[in-house]
Amino acid sequence: MALLFDYALRQADSALILGHRLSEWIGHAPLLEEELALGNIALDLIGEARALYAHAGTVEGKGRDEDALAYRRDAGAFRNLLLVEQPNGDFAVTIIRQLLYSAFAHPFWRALGQSRDATLAAIAAKAEKEAAYHLRHAGEWLIRLGDGTAESHRRAQAALDELWPYSGELFETDAVELALIAEGVAVDPATLRPEWERTVAAVLAEATLAAPAGEWMQSGGRSGRHSEHLGHLLATMQFLQRAYPGAVW
Amino acid sequence: MSERAMPLWEVFIRSRNGLAHKHVGSVHAADAAMALQAARDVYTRRGEGLSLWVVPSSAITASDPAEKDMMFEPTGSKIYRHPTFYKVPDDVGNM
Repeated sequence: MALLFDYALRQADSALILGHRLSEWIGHAPLLEEELALGNIALDLIGEARALYAHAGTVEGKGRDEDALAYRRDAGAFRNLLLVEQPNGDFAVTIIRQLLYSAFAHPFWRALGQSRDATLAAIAAKAEKEAAYHLRHAGEWLIRLGDGTAESHRRAQAALDELWPYSGELFETDAVELALIAEGVAVDPATLRPEWERTVAAVLAEATLAAPAGEWMQSGGRSGRHSEHLGHLLATMQFLQRAYPGAVW
Repeated sequence: MSERAMPLWEVFIRSRNGLAHKHVGSVHAADAAMALQAARDVYTRRGEGLSLWVVPSSAITASDPAEKDMMFEPTGSKIYRHPTFYKVPDDVGNM
């Protein structure tokens, strides 16, 4: 059960941190329409995180609920992908981050819908539809940013160059995942790679952007080795529950 | 950097099968596909829709408010165009 706890926590952490990052756009988005779009996606992701935390807490059996898992763990205990904790940057950075993640999340949730863990499968079935829209939203925007003005193209390419090294972590597996893959509970991310590559390549081609050639990839989120950005994010996100433990309203 | 105002699109939602699309508001978007996305994100957050239309606002031909006397005033006196004008004989029963 410890393995299943870890696995649910990983997915929950990535969804929560990305959802929180998107929520930071509220009040700052370039258009009213986009303000709502980013807020909607953030709420989808936070909803996924809540269901996954609740499942993880039940599996763990130590009485930790979703709030305890989200608000009362330090950065080193978070298991999210490094990609999702990267700052919003300009709009192009946010959209590239969303595309790289959603192009993975969509086939991931679809595959996890076949998990032998019934709760994970149910969460995945709901998340798959959400991720399908997140992917379309980011893809349509990126095509217009990349194939837009000279300025938007330059920014989109810079964002892609900056975040590309975080994409390798999507496909990492470790002992936890290998054991659960063998049991039919987890998804082997390697099986999702061809679809991810096709999806991303198609959008980049239409956006007239080029994936960086470098092979070197960042790593560490799954073992709690995070970039400096996560601590700052958690300081904001967790403040209320840290200052007033158990506060409800 | 080129900055142009994004075109305006009118949004219509059909809520349930059998009902017509109804105007709900407008969105700004660069093109039709983005307008559809924006309409989805702005106007269907609470399960309002089963179908969405977006139409360029510039494609709408509107009546001139200055002509409203000519356009609409004459119907004001034609109360016989309302079904309630006619008395239905009791023998007809419910129609």
